[in-house]
Amino acid sequence: MKKGVVILLSLAVFGLGVFLGSRFLGGKGSTPALPYGSPLSSVPDSLQGSGEVASFFRGQIIEVKDGESIQEAVGKANPGDLIRIYPGTYHETVYIDKDDISVQGVREDGEWATLDGKGELNDAILYSGNGVLIENMKIMNYKGNGIMGQAGNNFVIRNNWVFDTGVYGIFPEFGKNGLVSHNVLSGIEDAAIYVGMCDNIDVRNNEVFNSVAGIEIENCRYALVEDNYIHDNTGGILTFITPGLPIKTCKHVIIRNNFVMNNNHVNFGQEGSLVASLPRGTGIIVMAADSVYIENNIIAGNNNVGVVVSDLSFGAQISKDAEVDPTPEHVVILDNVMMNNGSDPVDDVKLAMATQLKKTGPDLIGNGKSTGCIRNPQAYTSFGLGHFTQCDAPSTSSIKSYLLPEPYKPLELETMEKGKLAFYGVCSGCHAYDINMIGPPVQVIQALYKDNPKGLAEYINNPVKKRDDYPEMPPQNYLSEETRMAVAEYVLSIGQMANKGMGRYSYHSEELKEKSE
Amino acid sequence: MKLITGIVALLAVGFTFLQLRPSAEMQLLYTNGIEPQGFELNCNCPPGFELTDGNTCESRNMYQMYASLEEKGVGGLKTALPEVRDGFSPQQTDLGRYLFFDPILSEDGTVSCASCHDPKKGFSDGKAQSVGIHGNVVSRSAPSLWNVAYMNRFFWDGRANLLEEQMKGPLYSEHEMGTTPESMLERLNENNTYRQLFAKAFGRNADETISDTEVYTAIAAFECSLVSLNSRYDQYAHGFHEALNEQEIEGMNVFRSFVARCAECHTPPLFTNQQIAVLGTPEPDGKPLDIGAQGVTGDASQRAGFKVPSLRNVAQTAPYMHSGRFSTLRETVGFYTQGRGHAVPEGEKLILHWHIWEPELTDHELDLLVAFLQTLTDESFMPMIPKQVPSGLPTIASNTKPSV
Repeated sequence: MKKGVVILLSLAVFGLGVFLGSRFLGGKGSTPALPYGSPLSSVPDSLQGSGEVASFFRGQIIEVKDGESIQEAVGKANPGDLIRIYPGTYHETVYIDKDDISVQGVREDGEWATLDGKGELNDAILYSGNGVLIENMKIMNYKGNGIMGQAGNNFVIRNNWVFDTGVYGIFPEFGKNGLVSHNVLSGIEDAAIYVGMCDNIDVRNNEVFNSVAGIEIENCRYALVEDNYIHDNTGGILTFITPGLPIKTCKHVIIRNNFVMNNNHVNFGQEGSLVASLPRGTGIIVMAADSVYIENNIIAGNNNVGVVVSDLSFGAQISKDAEVDPTPEHVVILDNVMMNNGSDPVDDVKLAMATQLKKTGPDLIGNGKSTGCIRNPQAYTSFGLGHFTQCDAPSTSSIKSYLLPEPYKPLELETMEKGKLAFYGVCSGCHAYDINMIGPPVQVIQALYKDNPKGLAEYINNPVKKRDDYPEMPPQNYLSEETRMAVAEYVLSIGQMANKGMGRYSYHSEELKEKSE
Repeated sequence: MKLITGIVALLAVGFTFLQLRPSAEMQLLYTNGIEPQGFELNCNCPPGFELTDGNTCESRNMYQMYASLEEKGVGGLKTALPEVRDGFSPQQTDLGRYLFFDPILSEDGTVSCASCHDPKKGFSDGKAQSVGIHGNVVSRSAPSLWNVAYMNRFFWDGRANLLEEQMKGPLYSEHEMGTTPESMLERLNENNTYRQLFAKAFGRNADETISDTEVYTAIAAFECSLVSLNSRYDQYAHGFHEALNEQEIEGMNVFRSFVARCAECHTPPLFTNQQIAVLGTPEPDGKPLDIGAQGVTGDASQRAGFKVPSLRNVAQTAPYMHSGRFSTLRETVGFYTQGRGHAVPEGEKLILHWHIWEPELTDHELDLLVAFLQTLTDESFMPMIPKQVPSGLPTIASNTKPSV
């Protein structure tokens, strides 16, 4: 318990000082400091100290000055490069479809590198690459998102100042292993930080306010929401399953050491959106999610309710999904400080209070079916959770982070395997082993390029018409140099391998007959 | 060779006849025992598949270089596809190809699978609502068959999870192919060529009869060979960014932006998340509301819900939506920006999908979206359309359309 108090006190210092993130931002002088290394390779520094690890970027530094284009720099960048953006206003949508690109705003004399959508552009930053880092950017006035990721793994989004960016502020989707930390977000009409269909995510040390939903963890596994200051939103932290999505579970979520304060903002969500029916004054919602731990938070001044545990009957009207389990199971409410919640609850809650002759609004409320436990249940005013047992679950403190111990690795394939995938995936439309199709048989190619994969790879890249009896081959220059070489090596190896089935392919008999006629 | 030409010529005469009196002519063909000869089953796999030692065809493509979250096959550019249906033999696949194009499967010999899933029309039929046997107009539009090997939900209302289940729908619907399992098997078993081909494809004696399961397996095998993963978009996805021009990339960014939100349901790499969604698209004039998935599950919250279709080769498959209400891509993308629920009939309460909202896309953005959608076209693995099929009946390739 004493330890808990110490953590809470230190959290208080952190919560008020989220701008401490600026310690990442470098010192004075003409060469602003380069970013620290990736926290993905170690436990987060907020728990472990300095976080001095290997450099995140390993390539070139590309500088972007006011008046220049960030996207042009991304276009030039290679994996491993760092793009440094100097103070100024950049009116563009930046998309990053490459791996291992770092985008870093440089702060000088309190000025920020600012992406300003001027209310005209959809998104500030879209990324799909792995290993993307975005930090120190000021992002404002977009219609869709501040930062949106589709399927990028190993991402770091930190130290950004995001406001009025439309539907979401920071929205990683379909990503594995990512950190969202030390960002300040406000004025978002849905979720300020929305982690959707992701695995292994830490959301820590962010300040989120004046938005409809503060932090959403939706259809995710292994998410840690820690040390955030979430205030003056319509609802604070939401972890839930949305039915009708392709990934249908949400579990292993820790909500720990957060301030969830005064989330009483009027709901300004768009009609039809899932948050439009979110009652103002709601601290934390757990809906249909399993194995959710709520520990050491200060949850105070939320006028509707401190924590809601609900099945899918709560909230927005949404089509049912038979593949979703609507019941939240194993919801664990450990030590928390809850006060001044429920002073002006919605009518349903008032009704529940009346039936129990209670005048004090709820810290906790249950809606529909659920299972779980509460440690020290007598500490809270509570409705509808009488079926929860008393927790003997230990503290979650042994789990420092849900990030992976090492960056999530892409599939590692042998050269021959890559060559085979490209051959069948692309080349087999025109080439078979021992029969004529649109192009000459592999056997003929092998005779021409015996022991010369490089020559074949070059031909693939830039073919010339060689034979009157076949149409000219289109250049396959869209395949990477590595892939072209892998295909060349594979093609030259076909038939020499032990697998006798290999190399006997082509297409239908009639086509072959026509060729032979 | 001369012999085959002769037979073809002979058949051509028959076909002319057939145009007028299809079923009578079919009867004639059978009683005279005239069947085209010389059919062989290909012993090689279709493009995109590797032949294994066990004589099965296994799918191979560049998306197998990637992973996907929770192995669901949804995500971004370098994301694995959903689990693939493969492992059929080359012979089963080729037999399925003949069956697919052969009107023998329909009760009166006028309709084949290819009548509504025409390779030249993106394996759809270009019609708002498909036309089945006796000129019956069915209630929905024929979906494309490209990449069905990756799908786990079939029909607009999602009522089948397996191709073998799906195909029973059109085969035995009185409005589509109008046959019954018994009658279909009788016709196939009377055909010597098919008896030989089935025996070969399924490794058994020709004196055993053809079963319905064999028919379903063979057609599923062929359908699973229809792979389209080499569009210009795919080249971009694999890392060649020059594959798309500036306008198309802008369109892709509108597509995946959270303003338009297209990619939220039409999620790469298949360009569908295979879920049911309630959009509230208009029905053709005078048609009542199609209740879609509610008709299957009985769940009112799924009223007018339909399966999210893949957008691969979408430029080839106009008209669009479940009843073909929109004739162009431009009109289709325009639907999403005309207001949430603007086309929902009065008095109907639909639980519209949360991504249906008011994105207020500009005309320019809609044009960009269309430009991007056109980069999803790839028909490089187009199968051969048989010029003749074992029944001797006219196919879509013989340019003699059955009378309607």
